[in-house]
Amino acid sequence: MALKNVKRSIDRIFDKNLQDLVRGIRNHKENEVNYISQCIDEIKVELKQENVAVKANAVNKLIYLQMLGYDISWAAFNIIEVMSSPKFTFKRIGYLAASQCFHSDTDVLMLTTNMIRKDLGSQNNFDAGIAINGLSCFMTTDLARDLANDILALMSSIRPYTRKRAVLISYKIFLCYPEALRPAFPRLKEKLEDPDSGVQSAAVNVICELARKNPKNYLSLAPIFFKLMTSSTNNWVLIKIIKLFGALTPLEPRLGKKLIEPLTNLIHNTSAMSLLYECINTVIQGMQSHGSSIQLCVQKLRILIEDSDQNLKYLGLLAMSRILKTHPKAVQSHKDLILQCLDDKDESIRLRALDLLFGMVSKKNLMEIIKKLMIHVEKTEGTQYRDELLSKIIEICSQNNYQYITNFEWYITVLVELTRMDGASRHGSLISSQLLDVAIRVKMIREFAANQMAAMLENAHAISGQLRRNGMQDVLFAAAYICGEFAELIEKPDSLIHAMLRPRVMTLPANIQCVYLQNIMKVFAIALIQAEEEEDNERALNLTRVLLEKLSLFLQSSYIEVQERASSTLSILKYIEKLQVKESLVAEEFSILFKGELNPVAPKAQRKVPVPEGLDLDAWINDPPSSSEDEQPEEEFPKKIYDELYSPTREKRKEMSPEEIKKRKEERLQEQASNPHYLMNKAADGYQKLDAEVDPGLAGELNISVPLHVPGLPSSERYLRMEQDRQRRAKAEKTVKKRHKKRGKKKFVHVSEDEEEDIAPTHAVDIVQEEMPEGAAKTDSENETTKDDPHRALDMDLDSPLTPAETLPRPRHHEVRSKPNDEKVVEEKKLKKKHKKKEVKKHKKKSRKAPTESLLVEEPANEQVSEVTRNTPDTIEKKESKAEAKDDLSFWLSNSDAVSAPEAAKKVEGPEKVVQVNGIEEDEDDHEVAPAKEKKKHKKKKDKKETKKHKKKHHNVNDTVEMEAPSNLQLSSYKLLGENKEIKLEFETRSSSREEKKIVVSCLFENLTENHIKNIEFNILDTLNTRLVRTGGENSHDAVPIPFSLPALSRNECQLHLTASSVTMPQRMRGTVTYMIQDQEHTKQEKLDFKLHLPCSAYLVTTPFSSNHFTKLLTSGDVPDKASVKVDSKGIPLDHVLQKLCFFLKLSVVEQVGDSASLYSSSIQRHHICLLVKAAANGFISVDGKSNNASLLSNIMDQAKEIVQG
Amino acid sequence: MIKAILVFNNHGKARLCKFYQHYTEEQQQHIVRETFHLVSRRDDDVCSFLEGGTLIGGSDYKLIYRHYATLYFVFCVDSSESELGILDLIQVFVETLDRSFENVCELDLIFHVDKVHNILSEIVMGGMVLETNMNEIVTRFMEQDKLEKSEAGLSAAPAKAAAAIKNIDLPSLPKDLKLPDLSKLPSFR
Repeated sequence: MALKNVKRSIDRIFDKNLQDLVRGIRNHKENEVNYISQCIDEIKVELKQENVAVKANAVNKLIYLQMLGYDISWAAFNIIEVMSSPKFTFKRIGYLAASQCFHSDTDVLMLTTNMIRKDLGSQNNFDAGIAINGLSCFMTTDLARDLANDILALMSSIRPYTRKRAVLISYKIFLCYPEALRPAFPRLKEKLEDPDSGVQSAAVNVICELARKNPKNYLSLAPIFFKLMTSSTNNWVLIKIIKLFGALTPLEPRLGKKLIEPLTNLIHNTSAMSLLYECINTVIQGMQSHGSSIQLCVQKLRILIEDSDQNLKYLGLLAMSRILKTHPKAVQSHKDLILQCLDDKDESIRLRALDLLFGMVSKKNLMEIIKKLMIHVEKTEGTQYRDELLSKIIEICSQNNYQYITNFEWYITVLVELTRMDGASRHGSLISSQLLDVAIRVKMIREFAANQMAAMLENAHAISGQLRRNGMQDVLFAAAYICGEFAELIEKPDSLIHAMLRPRVMTLPANIQCVYLQNIMKVFAIALIQAEEEEDNERALNLTRVLLEKLSLFLQSSYIEVQERASSTLSILKYIEKLQVKESLVAEEFSILFKGELNPVAPKAQRKVPVPEGLDLDAWINDPPSSSEDEQPEEEFPKKIYDELYSPTREKRKEMSPEEIKKRKEERLQEQASNPHYLMNKAADGYQKLDAEVDPGLAGELNISVPLHVPGLPSSERYLRMEQDRQRRAKAEKTVKKRHKKRGKKKFVHVSEDEEEDIAPTHAVDIVQEEMPEGAAKTDSENETTKDDPHRALDMDLDSPLTPAETLPRPRHHEVRSKPNDEKVVEEKKLKKKHKKKEVKKHKKKSRKAPTESLLVEEPANEQVSEVTRNTPDTIEKKESKAEAKDDLSFWLSNSDAVSAPEAAKKVEGPEKVVQVNGIEEDEDDHEVAPAKEKKKHKKKKDKKETKKHKKKHHNVNDTVEMEAPSNLQLSSYKLLGENKEIKLEFETRSSSREEKKIVVSCLFENLTENHIKNIEFNILDTLNTRLVRTGGENSHDAVPIPFSLPALSRNECQLHLTASSVTMPQRMRGTVTYMIQDQEHTKQEKLDFKLHLPCSAYLVTTPFSSNHFTKLLTSGDVPDKASVKVDSKGIPLDHVLQKLCFFLKLSVVEQVGDSASLYSSSIQRHHICLLVKAAANGFISVDGKSNNASLLSNIMDQAKEIVQG
Repeated sequence: MIKAILVFNNHGKARLCKFYQHYTEEQQQHIVRETFHLVSRRDDDVCSFLEGGTLIGGSDYKLIYRHYATLYFVFCVDSSESELGILDLIQVFVETLDRSFENVCELDLIFHVDKVHNILSEIVMGGMVLETNMNEIVTRFMEQDKLEKSEAGLSAAPAKAAAAIKNIDLPSLPKDLKLPDLSKLPSFR
């Protein structure tokens, strides 16, 4: 056999393997494509061979070719063949190939389900490993559904290697098959405390990914993560947890309070930069209200930014920009450092710094920052960064509707200066649109802007070359438009006309020429008016003639649009000339052509026009054209114009919210009322059109500081100096005022420092409101079409208990649907595993059947009712437990000291109430009162319910309280576990000092019916801490069969073993008992859900203790933890109290002297519990406890309190 | 989550591509090319983070890379990963390669891309970090190697001999990735 193998492989050694292929490709550099296609042909032949080794080799080569960009999906079936090989070597190649080229749409994937299942269950853990690994790359909904159960089983595999992978892939399962999340979640949660650190890390990883998208569902895990955070030493896990907290804290402010201390400690102490950085990030995200911590973060970030390591510098800036959003002031003090980073050689860092500057801008420092940036633009090389800088400058200035600009003249000047910066830029159109935007929307600036633009146009002959080089020609577009539109504000229209008619204009792009032509006419109209007013006919005629002469040049333009405009303009001019020669006045009539103001249209205006009823926008108006004609060229031009006019500004302009508009309107009205110069306009102003009102004071200031006519092109620096002067003056004024105030009234010394922030703007920044259509929708809501995010399906409540329907589907191809009859029952014994599933089915079936049955028999109707009643307590319970989960969290968050707090003493606690106190003790003074109150209310309600329950069903316990004869106190430790019409469960716990981790739950089953109950099975949903012991080999989901059946009205007891790893906290577990109930005709399966509550006393063992040992123990310091309560015993004598304590808490009396007694007990894990019970005055009983475990003690004390109170 | 792991050399030749999200082969090649352009124009003394790349990513994603002698190791990750942590992970990956190949060089990656994939699958699974402990990774990889050898058994001998002969005249290439001083990996203390 072996020889045969050798022979076969000798035949194969001359097949190309992967190395040969690679070598071959390297040797055929010049005709690689040919060589590869030849190789692919060879591979195709190899894939047809029977021998798996040959196939695997071929697939291995394909993987390499795939990396080079060749599609290998045609070999999908062969890949599956190789995957199914029993040999690990080939299987691995197959799975690798699959992971590289399969995806959710690969149709052969449905063939793989059973193969993958087989591999998952393989004895070899590497088989399972590669299968999971492959699966993680090509998970589909079908695979996820079919394999969810197998993966879930692997999550408790004994091999960490497999367990780790199973946990990790569960995330992919959830993504593709969200229904699996809830059933699998308890298991996942359990893995957070897995002994293997790799598994733990995987579980943390999965939950972090889940929680990132739906954080609120994972709030209840905060205590576990907190514990992990304080105990874990694996930095990788810590980083993940801290990141997770970053997502959780914004939802729960109290969590932030709890975290702040450990996080600051980490920030101070850790040596791992990655950890430090994540801590800072989380503090920034979640603990914005903790000023001191933010300060600490900023300090640390400064150190990072100053570090020589570029990576740290980058991250420092990144985090800084996050702080900026909430604490701009904290960051602004580091402006120097950030400006310094602009000089860094690393582009990523410079861009980050720019981003930061963007957020740091205020009215006060805008000019200064822009100045620095402009200097920077001049200095830098590399167009891309320069472009970025340029657009950032504009973005900074225009952000938030020009919020920070106090002086628009300055801004216009900056824009003009930008056009003169050296180097090619692609932002000409951006600057152009900014100029247009500002000039159109800020009325006050129009005159200045128009004259600036006029100056630019007049100098265009000199600077146009430069403009073209800089890619700034588009600016001329804006210049021409502004000049034309606001021509009445221009001082020398004639010379402007001359400048605009220079032959060089012909070399400009067509669209700019068009704007020129149109706007020359506007300027001409104004010039005509002026001339006629001055009765200077000659000037007018001259102008017309010059125009006629120069414009005829444009008739020869190669651009159709220019030609057309020129010719129509010329014909108008000829007509005017005719009239002028006749000496008639034309100016007025002519200027009508350009009358009327253009209002800017709001960016969203079009979208907000409501569609009239009955109008179908999608319907064809005419019959659809038969052939698809290309209409593109016709549309292009006007579209472009429109785009240039408005679209670049679209993103920049932010709409004012309705409140803002309203506020502004109110402000304006007030201002109008107090302004004597304002001419009241009585006409109804139905439309919100905010015009720039000029505050008289401001206007005055403007007059002082800005000369109206600026010859040439001014520099923006002047404004900076002006602004600084102004600020200095204002400051001086203020200090004078302050001093004055100080002298006057000392009370008002505290003028808020923020006042300095409010710099009175040089210009009224009131910006002309953009036009909106009538009947526009008022709300600004933008229905964002959220794309299909798989995480949305994963948004589910994870705390509520599972319903029976929520099980993972199991493989069921060999399952036969069964009729519910007697025969079936026997069979069902064998098919125990499928219980849950069938049960669901049967429920459905039954409800469907019910109406037909009711015709025959009377009972079914009754049965239906019984089912309903059975369900209700169930649902109530569910609600309760959910509320409780919340409660536990809020308790953990609020304070663990609450137990000893005075108000806690008033709490009335039901006998079954657990107070989840976690191991972590935190001394926080700020105890939240509100939640505590709420909780109390909740408890009271619950208590009532429970006592009712007890009265009805639990005579024994109740009797003990009302007992008349004190001597023979009858106590029963059996508690109700669950009950329905058919069966009742009671339980008590037993523990033994010999078993350190085991307790016994003795369960009493009582048949309440006349029928026979059999096939009872008991199951508990294991928690991390406590698990049901199942007989060997069984899956941890399987129920434990109860070894007896219950004849009518009988009862029997069964002992179930539980393991507990920690005994210091009470446990609450969910479980189910399923059973078959047999009446005259048929057998049906029923179940009963219950909650098993194990108080801490369940872990205590009655241990006789001598008083000598007791005193020794107390004095030795071995029991450092203390707690005490004082309870009203309501007149019950001390003896009874002691008896009850001893009975329920398994204490033994060490010594009793007069009104006090010392009691002792120890847990199965050898914790000591020492109590001193004293009868104090007026019926109160005080209990003082000492132990070596604080958590256990406080739980026991809680129980003691309940017991004493009855 | 890690979206993609790319290894290419100084000329942009892909040495390993692992995408944890489906892209067609054509898109994959585009991404490699684009990423190479983004990364290769950066000096060695600048930071290791890059935003953008229009093909892969979007605002939530970052490119995190390290450059070793002739090779670039690039990870594309989203915001749930710690930047510095990923840098350390790249280091772990490279050191693991170094230990598994005994002084890894580009040639090893060229001729044994399958092995590199297998090592990577011990570190990252389906875009999530699986293991960061180098000893564990190497041990598991070696165990699988052993398993493979035992499966091949006697019949592998001739093929091995043939491979040895073929390997004699390999073109000369820089033999070492020149691992910098890597003693400290703070994320995985």
